[in-house]
Amino acid sequence: MHIVVCVKQVPNTTQVRIHPETNTLVRDGVESVMNPFDENALEMALQLKEKHPGTKVTALTMGPAQAAAVLKEAVGRGADEVMLLCDKAFAGSDTWATSYALSRAIGTLEPKPDLVLFGKQAIDGDTAQVGPGVADWLGLPCITYAFGIEVAGGQAVVQRAFEDGYERLEVALPCALTVLKEANVPRMASLRGKMAAKKLEIAPVTAEQIGADPSRIGLTASPTRVVKIFSPPPKTGGVKWQGEEPAAMARKLVEALRERQVI
Amino acid sequence: MALNIDLDLCTGCGACVAVCPFCALTQRASDGKVEVNEACTACGACVEVCPVGALSLAAAPAAPAAAAPGAFRGLWVVAEQRRGRLQEVAFELLGKGRELADQLGVRLGAVLLGYGVGDCVAPLFEHGADRVYVVDHPALEAYTSEPYAEAMSELIRRHKPEIVLAGATSIGRGFIARVAIQVNTGLTADCTELAVDPETRQLLQTRPAFGGNILATILCPNHRPQMATVRPKVFARPAPEAGRTGERLDETVELKAPVVRVLETVNAMQNEVNVAGAEFIVTGGRGLGGAENFKLLAELADALGGAAVGASRAAVDAGWISSFHQVGQTGKTVRPKIYIACGVSGQIQHLVGMSSSDTIIAINKDPEAPIFAVADIGIVGGLFEVVPELIKALRQ
Ligand SMILES: Cc1cc2nc3c(=O)[nH]c(=O)nc-3n(C[C@H](O)[C@H](O)[C@H](O)COP(=O)(O)OP(=O)(O)OC[C@H]3O[C@@H](n4cnc5c(N)ncnc54)[C@H](O)[C@@H]3O)c2cc1C
Ligand SMILES: Nc1ncnc2c1ncn2[C@@H]1O[C@H](COP(=O)(O)O)[C@@H](O)[C@H]1O
Repeated sequence: MHIVVCVKQVPNTTQVRIHPETNTLVRDGVESVMNPFDENALEMALQLKEKHPGTKVTALTMGPAQAAAVLKEAVGRGADEVMLLCDKAFAGSDTWATSYALSRAIGTLEPKPDLVLFGKQAIDGDTAQVGPGVADWLGLPCITYAFGIEVAGGQAVVQRAFEDGYERLEVALPCALTVLKEANVPRMASLRGKMAAKKLEIAPVTAEQIGADPSRIGLTASPTRVVKIFSPPPKTGGVKWQGEEPAAMARKLVEALRERQVI
Repeated sequence: MALNIDLDLCTGCGACVAVCPFCALTQRASDGKVEVNEACTACGACVEVCPVGALSLAAAPAAPAAAAPGAFRGLWVVAEQRRGRLQEVAFELLGKGRELADQLGVRLGAVLLGYGVGDCVAPLFEHGADRVYVVDHPALEAYTSEPYAEAMSELIRRHKPEIVLAGATSIGRGFIARVAIQVNTGLTADCTELAVDPETRQLLQTRPAFGGNILATILCPNHRPQMATVRPKVFARPAPEAGRTGERLDETVELKAPVVRVLETVNAMQNEVNVAGAEFIVTGGRGLGGAENFKLLAELADALGGAAVGASRAAVDAGWISSFHQVGQTGKTVRPKIYIACGVSGQIQHLVGMSSSDTIIAINKDPEAPIFAVADIGIVGGLFEVVPELIKALRQ
């Protein structure tokens, strides 16, 4: 089997703060990491590889040169091959243009992939659109929100979550999945993997090399435009009670709720 | 590149680097001057903070229009149904959709995809739809993204709406992203605010990014339809107008048999109140200290007359409760009448999922916890002391 995993480098958004005075984003010292859901997608691929000897796992990313770091991380954990799509022509791509570029890149991979895995969403943009988008360009079925997979005889049985439950689905390979964090616990890079990653030289692949139509990539090809970025208005709290007996505060709360006629 | 950097003006102060949401700016090792990389989206956040005016945005050439925007008219919402039941988000979208359609002076359409879903039509009219487009087809009986996307794309090509809104649910998010590729247009995910400019007829789509730390307003200037998904509970459900009707259009669409087969559907929340849609929610965070203490919250939920139990991600990650209960950015968005957060610190990723609740109550022993900034009533105290007293007071 050949499994392609799309991984994205993202700023660790939990560390992002808003500056209280200037109301702008403070990103100083915020590290870049592999998108957490992509770690689960990679882990799913690596577990399938363990179950199905002879499986090849390719990690693919599109981003600036420093995004090579997430590919090295993927190799450290056990990915066999990597591809770094890196070209100024991709800059400003929205999900439409990103989906196109990734699909072109996947189209150049040999052998043709049996599975293409994505994280459920990237934590910087949170759109969850790139996975289904790539699948559509490639003409593959796509199962979103997957948290389990068994592969046998060219068929996959996949568990996918809904808001209030889950489903078991059957699909013939090749297909695409977007993966939830419930799927597994991602492994750490092994020592051997780290050595391999260190030695790895990653040559950037350009738009031309994947035969991307220049009119379908980058900012100009992106249907959507970010026109304004701003900070959410500061939240204002209500009353705060402290230093009183728990029983007294509890009674006061019930009274307040009855007064507001919510209970 | 749409961002221009005048290196003669750049002083290497780094102000822009710190504000770039996309990590697209770096300072050269040699002289500290700024360089832009592929992650740039030309959002302009940096331009505003540059003290010396070294940054500017060159108007990017417009993307080639898919079709003349003027040829598209009307606003559509996807009327999501599951097993023949309309989902709340469908009504919420109709409410907002009605308002926007009126501003644009166009009809509000609802698109109903499924098999044997005729009963769903009347409520859509009663909640504001002027037209209901129905595709009733065996391939749409169980949701799988391929036939749903195919049907939706075909209707869009046929009727050319200028705006399409769908719920940002596991179903809506799954198939509408394919539709965007098939009809060659933009799609903005998880909007929390929608407005229209009646003059340009553009949809102003505002959404949180970076875990809710920033908001971005996004346009789709040259492609039609303009498409957006909206999370459940972001907009209020409108009051129905009994007896209101409209025009039902039964659409014939040729669909291939589904390539994904549903083997089994499991409802994991059979005996519990689902936080999505609940009127009262009591949520436990890491402060609860263990799975067994969710019993205390279940008791509080009971004392409130049947509240749903929610959880922070920390509580879910600790394995104390299933992820179906998680509220927040990667969980559910909720908008109950009362939200009681117990032992939840109130990180931004949690707040984005619950801050539009009507009344928020926080119980936390740390007076500095950020949850107090959004709470209408904050109680500083240990939850193991306060909650039992609260249960007592409610039962009196
Ligand atoms: C991409 C991403 C997505 C995320 N999505 C979500 C999401 O959807 N939902 C979500 O909730 N989080 C989400 N998070 C995690 C979020 O950043 C926080 O880590 C999480 O919300 C913290 O949970 P908590 O408040 O329960 O725990 P903590 O932050 O540890 O807070 C525990 C609180 O309990 C209080 N406490 C302790 N003991 C007691 C006691 N006896 N009585 C009263 N109070 C007590 C403490 O004072 C503290 O304030 C996400 C993070 C990332 C990076
Ligand atoms: N630039 C990228 N390079 C590689 N994979 C990506 C990229 N952007 C998005 N993805 C993949 O698509 C998923 C969804 O991303 P998004 O639609 O941005 O939320 C991610 O979890 C990744 O698997």
